[in-house]
Amino acid sequence: MRALDRKMLRDLWGMRGQALAIVFVILSGVATYVSMTSVMDSLQQTLSNYYEEYRFADGFATVRRAPELLLERIREIPGIGTVETRVVSRVNLKIEGFGEPVSGTLVSVPEGDQPVLNRIFIREGRLVQPGRENEVVLNEPFAEAHGLKPGDSITAIMNGRYRELSIVGIGLSPEFLMQVDPASIFPDPMRYGVMWMGRSSLEAAYDMDGAFNDITFTLAPGAGIDDVIDRIDQILRPYGGQGAFGREDQQSHFFITEEFRQLERTATILPLIFLGVAAFLLNIVISRLISLQREQIAVLKAFGYRTFDVGVHYGKLVLIIVITGAAAGTLLGFWLGVQLGDLYLRYYRFPYLEFVLEPPVMITAAALTIGAALIGVAQAVRRAVKLPPAEAMRPAPPAVYRVTLVERLGIQRFFSQPSRMIMRDLERRPLKALLTILGISSACAILIMGLFFSDSFDYVIRVQFGLAQREDVTITFTDPTSTAAIYELKSLPGVIHAEPFRTVPTELRHGHLSFQTGIEGIPQDPYLRRLIDIDLKPVSIPPEGLLITERLARILDVGPGDEVIVEVQEGRRYTKSVPVAGIIRQFVGVAAYMDMDAANRLAGLGQAISGAFLMIDRTFEQEITDSLTERPRVAGIAFQDRMIGAFRDTIAQTMLTYTLILSLFAGVITFGVVYNSARIMLSERDRELASLRVLGFTKGEVRYILLGQLAVMILLSIPLGLVLGAIASAGFARSLQTDMYQLPFILGKGTLVQASLIVLGASAASAMLVSMRLNRLDLIGVLKTRE
Amino acid sequence: MEREVVFRTRGLTKVYSMGEVQVHALRGIDLELYAGELVVLLGASGSGKSTLVNILGGLDTATAGEVFYRDMNLTQAGDRELTDYRRRHVGFVFQFYNLIPSLTALENVAIVTEIAQNPITPEQALDLVDLSDRKDSFPAQLSGGQQQRVAIARAIAKQPGVLLCDEPTGALDSKTGVIVLEALERVNRELGTTTVIITHNAVQAEMADRIIYLSDGRVIDVRVNEHKKSARMLTW
Repeated sequence: MRALDRKMLRDLWGMRGQALAIVFVILSGVATYVSMTSVMDSLQQTLSNYYEEYRFADGFATVRRAPELLLERIREIPGIGTVETRVVSRVNLKIEGFGEPVSGTLVSVPEGDQPVLNRIFIREGRLVQPGRENEVVLNEPFAEAHGLKPGDSITAIMNGRYRELSIVGIGLSPEFLMQVDPASIFPDPMRYGVMWMGRSSLEAAYDMDGAFNDITFTLAPGAGIDDVIDRIDQILRPYGGQGAFGREDQQSHFFITEEFRQLERTATILPLIFLGVAAFLLNIVISRLISLQREQIAVLKAFGYRTFDVGVHYGKLVLIIVITGAAAGTLLGFWLGVQLGDLYLRYYRFPYLEFVLEPPVMITAAALTIGAALIGVAQAVRRAVKLPPAEAMRPAPPAVYRVTLVERLGIQRFFSQPSRMIMRDLERRPLKALLTILGISSACAILIMGLFFSDSFDYVIRVQFGLAQREDVTITFTDPTSTAAIYELKSLPGVIHAEPFRTVPTELRHGHLSFQTGIEGIPQDPYLRRLIDIDLKPVSIPPEGLLITERLARILDVGPGDEVIVEVQEGRRYTKSVPVAGIIRQFVGVAAYMDMDAANRLAGLGQAISGAFLMIDRTFEQEITDSLTERPRVAGIAFQDRMIGAFRDTIAQTMLTYTLILSLFAGVITFGVVYNSARIMLSERDRELASLRVLGFTKGEVRYILLGQLAVMILLSIPLGLVLGAIASAGFARSLQTDMYQLPFILGKGTLVQASLIVLGASAASAMLVSMRLNRLDLIGVLKTRE
Repeated sequence: MEREVVFRTRGLTKVYSMGEVQVHALRGIDLELYAGELVVLLGASGSGKSTLVNILGGLDTATAGEVFYRDMNLTQAGDRELTDYRRRHVGFVFQFYNLIPSLTALENVAIVTEIAQNPITPEQALDLVDLSDRKDSFPAQLSGGQQQRVAIARAIAKQPGVLLCDEPTGALDSKTGVIVLEALERVNRELGTTTVIITHNAVQAEMADRIIYLSDGRVIDVRVNEHKKSARMLTW
């Protein structure tokens, strides 16, 4: 081995503490980036394969009741591929040992065979067999939530009659990746589930012999969806067609794409910022570390080593550190990615996850870290050789110190000599101090970016469920129902207050922009479901016109006073121009509200209600549940607190796992940076500090000079880091807006304190390690070598 | 007989900025150094000795004037040429040894032989300075004199055209200093290397072929030493 390589290895060993800290910084950046990016790639890959393999339909349509004969006409539509008719129905369920209301959707499948489209992945058991009544296959999350297995049975209230359904299989379908009750916003497998049942059993139960109420279809290659939808609507309209729609508007697909879009931003932007910060810190640390070797570089140069050779020498040293960090980070990232993938599988319900680690991901991570490190080497070496070797080997000229601002102001008598040394050193090399401060504050900033999510989520829950949606229970009816139903609900024991609502299925259009959503009609002066403006003040409902959420206003590009075209997709279908009366704030979901009477006039079906919001006495919860479950018109019963619980369990939990990982790594990065900064400061000033010790300064006084300077920089870094973190988080939150939720940017005091404490903790630990070194300072050795 | 000129300088001037102060280190130096001779540059500290040697060795560049190494004009050479020049022709010995702390004695020599064109082996070089038995010691395990002899071995291992020594005994006691000077004397004698030794110690000048006196950045006297003494005979 060449002597120069030996020097490199021994130098590496000599600075193993710092090298290890740098390895951790890189490891954290790379692991975050690799795990999150590869999980995202894996999910997307899996989704597209799953859709293809299990033949997820391109379009869907529901109809009240249409004869099977119509199928031939639909098949003749130009541009249509495969068509399958089905019977689909909402049911209320009773599950042994679970006292709360459970609702479900029954989807018909051919007996003894897979459906042509939206095939079912059977995890356990089998498909339904011909000739056996009331067999069902359960969607896996639902079955899991209740611990149901093939062989068990559940009770369904189908068309007002109790039926015992026997479970023969547990499965999954691309159609119900996200199994969300239409009355709710979040998946809640305890209270809502999808089941597949034989077509003839369902036909018999719902009086659908020779008829269907749902179709799914694919498109012929190259065909456009819009024409096909128009033709299907024409054919189905006389039979109560409720408007065909494409995959984009299919609930599960819509949710999953929205989620993936958000996830993609979280999983690419944030880790990339992480990686960038790690690379930046790496660059600073490496370049300062090499600057310390100025004399040795000069010696090498004096003996005829070329600048390039010196660069290669240090490049090798740094590459060993960086490649170790990047490789370990990739491995850890891969492992973490697989764990995160499992977490997502519990949520997204693919039959399997094809975990992929794309070479470009690894290449990006390696290139960024190695690049940043080598640039650091090049900068430092170039700086070191700028001086002629003779000068570099000579003791550095007395540095140019000036009296500081503080002293010019004449308040220096308040500061001791050591304090003045600290101030002068900071003022003398402001750029170096600035870079250190910038490094520590960017570590602090990424901490904030990891931590702010929980503040935002808490705020959403507080505002949306505390101020705006104050109901305990939401009841939805199968069809628009007489307003008299509200009195019936109010008369139930335990119901304190009941407030009706009317949902009119519509498509809203403005120019070429459109959005499919129900218009929620709510009564004047609501007590439970209140609308709030951007200042969180309740908004009164105008007698005419729409109140729309901020997000919808942006989607349709409208503001108060603009007219939108409303296409009513219920009863007699027609379009009407309706003005936008105002904009409201709502974080979850996209919605349009209007006065309930106005909504009823719009629908044209007279005074009707689609459901009600209830405030109840909790002690009557069970009675209310029991009596409502048995009513055939009640399609869904949703408890608000359980919805919030489901929200916390699903979205919040995944997000928080994410952010936990981020904060952990941010903490490691913070420590790595602070520790390295402190060590480098010590190396740069060890001679000066040893001289002071020789002159009679105590260890404590010397420690004060070194650590005091570090403390000043850290105290400057924290506020800067908090500000940087807030700016970056705000921008990040903005980029996360989806149709499903609009995450507001909220930064709690607790988070600021937490981030500051992590930085302070990392600093304290570094300070302790450095002061142990300071105690071992070899006074004579340091002094006798030079000067 | 015309002696072969190794170095020739004309009007060599050097001005530095030390912090905020301008220092005139050299104020027009004209001199010649000849092949194989042992020259002592004598002068008080601040007289410009080190600056002169650094410029001769290609470690530093002049502000004005000219310096030639044989046919090579060092004043016009860039960093690349100077590096090459140092690599091929110059051996340095510094007052503070400047060994690489993480390398053993042998490796400190090897670091130079590995890039030289016609080196003797590191072992041979250490043998020349009587340090074969300490070849695996790290600098921290060696005394000052031993470190300086490693530095001499390192400087001569490439068989340089010139050996430039900046206060080689400056950090050593006189007994150890003599051992170091003996090593230099032996190299000069056995390898015939042109050797320049900087010192402010007049006694050491007695081992020189020629003595060049510097003061305040100027050559004030050049004297041929008629009674050259062996290094062993010197005491101070």
